[in-house]
Amino acid sequence: MKPFDFQRAGTVSDALAQFAPGSAYLAGGTNLVDHLRAGIREVDGLVDISRLDLTEIAELPGGGLRVGALVKNSDMAAHPLLRERYPALAEAILAGASGQIRNMATTGGNLLQRTRCVYFYDPATPCNKREPGSGCSAIGGFGKYNALFGASEHCVTVHPSDMCVALALLDAVVVAESEAGGRRIPFADFHRLPGDTPHLDTNLRPGELITAVELPAVPVAAQSTYRKARERTSYAFALVSVAAALRTEGENVAEVRLACGGVAHRPWRAHRAEAYLTGKPATAEHFRAAIEAELEEAQSGTENAFKVPLLRNMVVSVLEELRDGRTPQRRAEQGGAA
Amino acid sequence: MTTDPKTASVGQDRVRIDGPLKVTGTAPYAFEQPTENPAYLFPLTSTITRGKIRAIDASAARALSGVLEVLTHENAPKLLAKTDTELYILQSRDVHYFGENIGAVVAETQEIARHAASLVRVEYDTEQEDTRFRPEHPERYNPGKINTGIPADSKQGNVEQGLAEAAVTVDEVYATPYEHHNPMEMHSVIAEWDRERLDGVLGVLGERPHLRIHDASQGVSYERLMLLPLLGLLPQQVEISSPYVGGAFGSKGIPHAQVMLTVLAARLMPGRAVKYMLSRQQMFRSVGHRLTTHQRFRLGAAADGTLTAITHDVQQSSSRLKQFAEQTVNATRHLYAAPHRETSTRMVPLDIGPATFMRAPGEFPGMFAQETAMDELAVKLGLDPIELRLRNKPDTDPESGKPHSSHHLGECLKEGARLFGWEKRQAQPRARQEGEWLCGMGVAAATYPRQMTPPTKASVAFREGKYHVGIAAADLGTGAWTVLTQIAADALKVPEEDVVLHIGHTDLPLAFLAGGSTGTYNWGSAVMVAAVNFRDRYGLTPAEGDEAEGSAFFPDEAKKYMLDAYGAHFAEVKVSTVTGEVHVTRLLGVYDPGRIINPRTANSQFIGGMTMGISAALHEESYLDSRPGYGHVVNSDFAGYHIAANADVPDVQARWIEHPDPMFGPTGAKGIGEIGIVGVPAAIGNAIYNATGKRLRELPFTPAKLVE
Repeated sequence: MKPFDFQRAGTVSDALAQFAPGSAYLAGGTNLVDHLRAGIREVDGLVDISRLDLTEIAELPGGGLRVGALVKNSDMAAHPLLRERYPALAEAILAGASGQIRNMATTGGNLLQRTRCVYFYDPATPCNKREPGSGCSAIGGFGKYNALFGASEHCVTVHPSDMCVALALLDAVVVAESEAGGRRIPFADFHRLPGDTPHLDTNLRPGELITAVELPAVPVAAQSTYRKARERTSYAFALVSVAAALRTEGENVAEVRLACGGVAHRPWRAHRAEAYLTGKPATAEHFRAAIEAELEEAQSGTENAFKVPLLRNMVVSVLEELRDGRTPQRRAEQGGAA
Repeated sequence: MTTDPKTASVGQDRVRIDGPLKVTGTAPYAFEQPTENPAYLFPLTSTITRGKIRAIDASAARALSGVLEVLTHENAPKLLAKTDTELYILQSRDVHYFGENIGAVVAETQEIARHAASLVRVEYDTEQEDTRFRPEHPERYNPGKINTGIPADSKQGNVEQGLAEAAVTVDEVYATPYEHHNPMEMHSVIAEWDRERLDGVLGVLGERPHLRIHDASQGVSYERLMLLPLLGLLPQQVEISSPYVGGAFGSKGIPHAQVMLTVLAARLMPGRAVKYMLSRQQMFRSVGHRLTTHQRFRLGAAADGTLTAITHDVQQSSSRLKQFAEQTVNATRHLYAAPHRETSTRMVPLDIGPATFMRAPGEFPGMFAQETAMDELAVKLGLDPIELRLRNKPDTDPESGKPHSSHHLGECLKEGARLFGWEKRQAQPRARQEGEWLCGMGVAAATYPRQMTPPTKASVAFREGKYHVGIAAADLGTGAWTVLTQIAADALKVPEEDVVLHIGHTDLPLAFLAGGSTGTYNWGSAVMVAAVNFRDRYGLTPAEGDEAEGSAFFPDEAKKYMLDAYGAHFAEVKVSTVTGEVHVTRLLGVYDPGRIINPRTANSQFIGGMTMGISAALHEESYLDSRPGYGHVVNSDFAGYHIAANADVPDVQARWIEHPDPMFGPTGAKGIGEIGIVGVPAAIGNAIYNATGKRLRELPFTPAKLVE
């Protein structure tokens, strides 16, 4: 670990002023400190933003919520209004990491989590995300977690966050500040696909600071859920995860939203599946056909081929549960295990 | 063993003597041993798999403020004898595997050492490498003898005839992956050379160096014996302490390169203690692993289930630097009767770091194959898998013909079936479904042998009204502190509070390491003999300073018998038809462990082994990327290498049938550190088959292998 400067910011404008090229903002530190210790990230300076007054969850006019960037993941998941309006989001947060980490990790930091690809974490191996131009070791290597959608020859990894899958479902808005002024970034425009610049995870500009995440009013999200498949019952990144919201009218799908985790370099909103399903009968056959429509775009190798049936099964199962109002039952079966 | 109820301690439930220290964080582990003004080491490790170091440029590191020394093969002290290739480090330019220790930076702080190490530039000449484990490897070889000193191959009768006579046969290949132990406490060393200290005995030769080591070790006596010839030192010149060990599972059984690295670095700065604790990532490089296996297993049986033939052909990975040949075939030679039997062991030499003991080496991978194959046979025969095992229980040891000293496998199976509710199991797969979950039950037998133990001694001394019992034993979290105190109290016929135990130091009487599940019966025997000798000599009213020693004793008669512990594991699983995720909803172990010294710590040993068995069954796999230029385990942290979490272990229970076995020595205990893991993955895999109809023959049982 290279020595670096450390400054603590008291206000947002302090933080923006203290930031210099080569700096990083430090909030909960649950990801960045790991990177520094593993020798896969070097900084000249850290600007500690953990004392900024960005810890409020406030109601927005029209039924939304504004979540401060420094709200801890555990506080966010426990917020009564959030749980009532966006159950998929609360479930997604609780499905991630461990209790100790959720007590430290922040909303803004969760958006900026970097991939858990084993090669990204292993400085002895090529990785375009860590060292642009060095190559992608995950192609032809440890490929179990590789993406199904939107990968490139430069990077095949997936985004690790659970929370972000639910935020994609909700069309959240990221509020960011910079010396040039503030801006509001629609969630769909926040994370990037790898293309030939896999070292860039997001469209956040250097020095720009996330101050809040806004959750718009999404009435259908009151009937939403999050399901995560993983290799152990708690404290493991997703093999595949699904966030879904569904409203039926009579026998048909009136409104549906579907987002998937563990399948792409960013949280993957399944627009094709949504478009297919809207107005169709809410049956397992159509749920399956909907995800098949999405999977037409999928590309898998030998090691991650299992993700195709896994995603298909999970989407069908989750939509059936929402249709039948059975999601609380699964939550109970899972025993609240995170 | 006394049975006086007023003093009887053995068999009583006792909390751990070291418990309060551990839960309050005040037990001094190796890295926390007080030292004055220590220096900190960070290693230089190879980033190629095979070749030679061409040049090392440490100028930037040396120029950094706070850097004290850069150790490489160019300035390393010479080692005198190459008695252990793993410890014979920094003596040449050769690189044998990725992550090998090729040097170190020593600095005033850990942070400076780590940063400086990143500034050292190493150039290599690479050589053709091979890290890809595969069966039928052209360089595979017969090791002749395998661990515990038994032959690599065995043959009785004619297996082809036995298979031809069989009504039903099984012929399948089973595989187990590389695993890494990952005890909570990373390996830690403090080494300090003291030149001031004059050796009393050999003082005529002038000042002789003295080396003090604090290590996390499963046995300081044998660690010292291994280090001495390399360093050219006499026993009295080396002192090793290791009073507390934060888990080991075999990885701290013998010293690995990091001990020698720290010792060599400290040699360059006599009088200054050098400290090193591995990072979690480094735990996947050079402190040993469980080797990977490819096992062909064949069974032949008559229609009534009587076995006619057993064959077990193992191919397993090996480091070219140092062979570690697990006795994977051992249990196959002893557990079931069959007239025709054959086993073989072949090593596949690779450019990887040395493997080492990992909880039940040999028995664990071998019994996964054997007990899965037995389940497959039961399915083919249409026979209950417990009944199949009972029908093939041998009357005498199948290999040697010796009678068993005690053999209660049948009781374990029957009692386990009763406790577990085995009668509710439906033989037909996919017969029980709850919502999306397919449910099933499986069983596997377990056996673990009596290991031979090198000399082990103990002492008893009377000081200030207390009986001080000394033995260079180790407590890895197993309960040794507590059970040895109980054994000593009974042997001396005093209350436990009158016994003060001393372990984990080379000044204490020499003891074999904590390994092979031998600790309780081996150390316990030495303690009992020392206590008897003490009482014989000094009676019940000893004087201040009275002291006696004793050596572990085992009856000569034991040679006439086959000595093993037994057990049976019962697993209930549910498997998601949506995701392929497996949950082990219940796991029961019933054991034949001889005498139980302390039911509380024994229970912890059993359920600890079973939990590790769940972990191996469902999660653990070190992924060695064998492409040229990689050659190392890439999932080398706890995000990539999964170990069972609490939520994976909802209901794990151990029971035992206590038949003390005097052939194991005067404690009557059979050793319980490893029997708890043996066969657990087979029981879980057999339950998965019962639930889903899908037979998995490769560990671990991940969703990728089950989702459809």
